Amino acid sequence: MPHFTHCDKAGEPDWVSVSIDGEPVRVAAGQSVAAAVLAQGLSWTRRTPLSGTPRAPLCMMGVCFECLMEIDGVANRQACQVTVADGMRIRRQRGAGA
Amino acid sequence: MREDYDLAVVGAGPTGLAAATVAAEHGLRVAVFDEQEVPGGQVYRAIEQAPAARAELLGPDYRAGRDLVADFRASGADYFPATQVWSLNQRLELGLLHTGAARMVTARRVLIANGAQERPVPFPDWTLPGVMYAGGAQILMKSAGLIPGQGVVIAGTGPLLLLLGWQYHRAGVAVQAILETAPRRNLWRALPYLPQALLAHHYVTKGLRLERYLQRHGVPVHKAVSDLRALGSDQLQAVEYAHRDSTQRIDTELLLVQFGVIPQTHLARAAGCEHRWDPAQQCWRTTADAWGNTSVPGIMVAGDGASIGGAVAARHAGRIAAFAALHELAVIGAPERDRLAAADLKWLRADLHIRPFLEALFRLPDELLAQAADEVVICRCEEITAGQIRDAVADGHRDPNQVKFLTRCGMGPCQGRQCSDSVAQLVAAATGQSIVDVGAYRIRPPVKPLPVAALANLSGVEEAAE
Repeated sequence: MPHFTHCDKAGEPDWVSVSIDGEPVRVAAGQSVAAAVLAQGLSWTRRTPLSGTPRAPLCMMGVCFECLMEIDGVANRQACQVTVADGMRIRRQRGAGA
Repeated sequence: MREDYDLAVVGAGPTGLAAATVAAEHGLRVAVFDEQEVPGGQVYRAIEQAPAARAELLGPDYRAGRDLVADFRASGADYFPATQVWSLNQRLELGLLHTGAARMVTARRVLIANGAQERPVPFPDWTLPGVMYAGGAQILMKSAGLIPGQGVVIAGTGPLLLLLGWQYHRAGVAVQAILETAPRRNLWRALPYLPQALLAHHYVTKGLRLERYLQRHGVPVHKAVSDLRALGSDQLQAVEYAHRDSTQRIDTELLLVQFGVIPQTHLARAAGCEHRWDPAQQCWRTTADAWGNTSVPGIMVAGDGASIGGAVAARHAGRIAAFAALHELAVIGAPERDRLAAADLKWLRADLHIRPFLEALFRLPDELLAQAADEVVICRCEEITAGQIRDAVADGHRDPNQVKFLTRCGMGPCQGRQCSDSVAQLVAAATGQSIVDVGAYRIRPPVKPLPVAALANLSGVEEAAE
């Protein structure tokens, strides 16, 4: 996957601990869930309900609904509109969500 | 939250912030509702949080948002971030959703300042992970400091391509190529507007400066590219396109596209505001007068959500709308309104000189909008292809709403934001009608998905009904 990297050279960011698909990871605080998942190098954020093909964030501004993920047990959250928080459980969504 | 707002503003980008600041400074009780968690909209996204080095890379146009947000913070307007507006009606009732709780609130005037979205232009395999809107990638840089770690191809049309290329190159990103899809004939069609455009020449010189920078640093900028397609199975692996009568291919895992931006009209449509097709901007626009008044009394629209003009124009348009609202609410008389708005109106009139030139230069070929191959996915949510839409038309469904009922296109979570215009263009082309004749999807509230539990616990209804 297109690997994203940080352009802010100076200073260590604040970190929060989250889990993505059950794997504990440390991500920079203050960013959206969608940004955090892309920064981890994951290629997709959901699989479609019909064909099961993978999709990734497209617009990053709440318009396209491609980045729907399960966040803290709630399906169909727009990952680009939710800021990461300590202890957050993030899951890539398969299908329409529970 | 109070119950007696004079002015409710939807959106905290340049339009909404400027309007709220003016209105609050003149004593109106103002509420600003915005989906993001911090003010600035998309153009000034994270302007208060971005570290100095990041803001420097993004450039002076981005940093120009700082004073706008600072003035808004000091204005006394009530600010409700992370709040979605899912309905608006002609009684000026707004449906809000914040942290899973829904409520209704009324205001004496409503300004829709929800800005633009990227124009969806479907091409083969544009649904692959690794294909992203260029604006979305720029938001990643503004809000999270994220830039592509490997090579990237930028494609489409409009001023953002060169700007993003410049920002990325300065940040150390390998920009493999910029593929401009505007056909050569656009230049000839734009030339007659050039003398007028030079009255607002800073736009032209800025574009030329960016292009020269990219040339000097060896970033290939290919013009008149066509037949763009994404290649890959579960992830983008390459971009293919036609250039100078041959097919070219670039191996890349990230393709950033933009084909210009269009106003976001869902909320204005749901409220019953009249809309008109703008043949120059190739999009639907909410009908509004010079002050921003729509066809629905009390509902105003301004900025890129009304007509694409960019961030600086949006700021002026927001101020003009605020002066009009102050007049409508009898805070100031008409002469005072005209006097206060004179400088902003004059600025906007001068800025309009550039628009015919840019619109002709960046105009999308009509065939690009209406001639997607049958296998291309048009409705990303419900995975409906151009072929399925053509089949529906062949079966006698001759408008986008009938096609929607038959195929489910436009019924997914994005509610047609990614396919509305494409479906209408396909229906128009297949039936030999104009896009004005075939029309657009009818939009009904909620314009954003609303959890059933939130609706069941809806508050503020009694107050709103009184």
